[in-house]
Amino acid sequence: MSTAAAIPSVGKARPLKVPAVDDRTLRTGLRVIAVKRSSVPRAELRLRIPAGMVHDSGDGVRARLLPDAMLAGTKDRSSVEIARELQRLGASLAAHSDDDDLIVHAGVLEQNLKPLLALIAETLTEPSFPTDEVAVARDRIAQEIIIRRSQPSAIAAEALDARVYGRHRYGRPLPKPDAVRRIGPGPLRTYHAQHVGPRGSSLVIVGDVSPSKAGDLAEEMLGSWRAKVSSAAPAKPTPPPTHLPVLIVDRPGALQTNIRLAGRWLRRGEPDFYALALAHIVFGGYFSSRLVKNIREDKGYTYSPGSAVDHRRLTSTFIVAADVGTEVTAPSLLEITYELGRMTLMPVPQDELDAGRRYLAGVTMLSTQTQSGLASYIDSITSAGLGIDYLRDFRANLERVTPDDVLRVASDYLSPQNLLTVMVGDAGVIRRPVETLGPVELTKAR
Amino acid sequence: MPKTRTTAIPIERTRLDNGLRVVFAPDRSSQAVFVSVYYDVGFRSEPKGKTGFAHLFEHLMFQGSATLEKGMHDSLVTGNGGILNGSTRNDFTNYFEMMPSNALELALFLEADRMRAVRLTPENLQNQVDVVKEEILVNVKNQPYGGFPWLYLPMALFTTFPNAHDAYGDFADLDAATLDDAAEFFDRYYAPANAVLAIAGDVDPDQTATLIEQHFGSIQARPAPPTVDASEAVPSEERRVVHPDPHAPQPAIAVAYRVPDPIAEFDDYAATVLLSSILIEGEASRLYQRLVKNDRIASHVSGDVGLVAGTFEVRGPSMLHLAAWYPGTPDPDRILKAIDEEVASVADGIDAEELDRFRSSYTAEYLGSVDALSQRGMLVAAFEQQRAHAELINEIPSALARVTADDVSRLARAWIQPNRRAVLDVQPGGHA
Repeated sequence: MSTAAAIPSVGKARPLKVPAVDDRTLRTGLRVIAVKRSSVPRAELRLRIPAGMVHDSGDGVRARLLPDAMLAGTKDRSSVEIARELQRLGASLAAHSDDDDLIVHAGVLEQNLKPLLALIAETLTEPSFPTDEVAVARDRIAQEIIIRRSQPSAIAAEALDARVYGRHRYGRPLPKPDAVRRIGPGPLRTYHAQHVGPRGSSLVIVGDVSPSKAGDLAEEMLGSWRAKVSSAAPAKPTPPPTHLPVLIVDRPGALQTNIRLAGRWLRRGEPDFYALALAHIVFGGYFSSRLVKNIREDKGYTYSPGSAVDHRRLTSTFIVAADVGTEVTAPSLLEITYELGRMTLMPVPQDELDAGRRYLAGVTMLSTQTQSGLASYIDSITSAGLGIDYLRDFRANLERVTPDDVLRVASDYLSPQNLLTVMVGDAGVIRRPVETLGPVELTKAR
Repeated sequence: MPKTRTTAIPIERTRLDNGLRVVFAPDRSSQAVFVSVYYDVGFRSEPKGKTGFAHLFEHLMFQGSATLEKGMHDSLVTGNGGILNGSTRNDFTNYFEMMPSNALELALFLEADRMRAVRLTPENLQNQVDVVKEEILVNVKNQPYGGFPWLYLPMALFTTFPNAHDAYGDFADLDAATLDDAAEFFDRYYAPANAVLAIAGDVDPDQTATLIEQHFGSIQARPAPPTVDASEAVPSEERRVVHPDPHAPQPAIAVAYRVPDPIAEFDDYAATVLLSSILIEGEASRLYQRLVKNDRIASHVSGDVGLVAGTFEVRGPSMLHLAAWYPGTPDPDRILKAIDEEVASVADGIDAEELDRFRSSYTAEYLGSVDALSQRGMLVAAFEQQRAHAELINEIPSALARVTADDVSRLARAWIQPNRRAVLDVQPGGHA
């Protein structure tokens, strides 16, 4: 019987095929970016309009409801007629608001791209906000909010946002279900008129269609969308505060504690961004990271710990997350702090850095291998003000980073001193052990 | 009817002397490869007293081999730009990596390496029992609607152990797992003859067949265990289970009906998929219009045909399932009455126009889903494992195209009836 072979060597990765792009800005201000990918006879669309939660000067109810309500009927079609037309076209159409934007996601059989664009134009320019449809949408969303706020991860996200962003609109909690149930068509109509327009908006089309043809179709079907909206950009939030006590949100009887740490981060494309991105990967950004090896694979404290970066339009925030067994809450925080400290004090060995670099370049390529993935990727970099050259140069920019670069940026951005901590768990059990590591502040879940 | 749009994904296959089946779905326009191994072992293979063992064992397959230390498998994949995972389902356990195609041979080496000899140590077993328990806490026990309905609904609908036990595992069973159990499980189920290796994406099948022979050919042949027969009688009366959920803020209901066999009665099974769409899928569906829009007694309704493995990736008994979330006090009968009326209306007959719309929509979504290399690779592997017919990936649109309005009504009459279903009545409250 033969013995196991040696580990095969891996050749150099092929250069990323960067697709040709048709990038045009219509006279109305709408930017249209079209890319060909003919893997299946379909097209994917992402339309992004600066009308998300940060633009809502009230409690956020209007921004939260508008996407659903906008697709729920037009001057000429009821919601069920829209749904049936989408089925006939082999299309899907949905919308939601994130912190910054109202985002329309659509997909369609390639031969029906034009009628789908026509339908999208109709929902943008002539939504009718039928009273009964608004009532259905607000009931559904109120229910979603009730369910979401019963999830420990959502409680943790809300508490973290409040701690990180303070009084800025990014830190605002989810709207109250009662406030959602009270809203009628009037305020939605007004919010739509004030915020939904082509200026500052972008449309990405990726599919089995030539870029220039897709661009022409978008221009033909959406060129007459001309709403004038208030374009005041919201103020930037101040950097997250530091040197705060650990905030414990009490959830009596909880079986796990949701631990979150957060701090400021660099914007994509800034000179030190690539070094910092690699620091995050090595620390907790993938399965072979230090954090996963330590508190999952070595100690079994948690199922899926990790770090992530939340890029919003006005700021970027680093987040460390671990949902751990209640009894190992303080030990987990100790290990997280230890791994952060290691990143800030000692250089990352060259082979560990190289592995992180290959991982980040590889998964970036993998994420662009479908129409849907490529559309989402281009949409994401477009919304950050970046062009396709960001994707083209990404690997080369990672390759320039040295261990010294990583140490320099990590010693600032990953320093435990510069992060704040929030945890959702059973305060009766976790408070005393956590207090042995530092001061604690206690609050109740809302 | 317009011409059916489908895919033309090329399929090639080979088989090694030790029984390993190999299937290729090449696409040279991609820069990535998706490599997966499907072992013919799943929830339905678990013996009594060993609930959750198939999933626990999946975790152990990531804990090192005779040649590789714990953690090296992961770091070789991710450190060369790839992603990896595994999952345990009703009729299979799969392992996969998606990598830049220059790393294809590495992926083959890694899968062959752990198929040859997994590393089983007391430390790894204890560590992964702990990790799996945390996984169950985060996904089920510490979560509103945790495991609803995918974990609990089969437990209500089915009665025989292979179909009806807790697939995630009882904590006592997990704690009782021993290294001997694991060694025996590996020996029995992880034989090359009990596995399918599937490779999708940027791959040359001829060249790669040579590499596969090099890496897998020397793994010792062992007989494949007999295929699990999980068939069981269809219920003759409604089964109702009250499911208290201490974390849930509002009531919910899930309903499951038995359906024709996914393989032996494939055409009827495909028709049931469209019946399910007409009832449940999207805003044009019967139950959305009835429950959410007109009666306004539910805030959300969803459902499908299949098990947690998916719609077509199942070999044993399957189901049509739906779930609805609603405000107020628990009142499942009000929801069930509306469901029964809508099903009766479909059973009385539907327009071809309605069927065509749902078919067009389902087909377009299906084509979108197989754009992802991972989805292509997984469907091809499961179809080869369960049906020796990877080509089914290209044939689903035409199978749906053959379904008639009469088929849909006939299946609603025959299968979607109160005495053939189980109801899970989720009651919120209790203490957290």
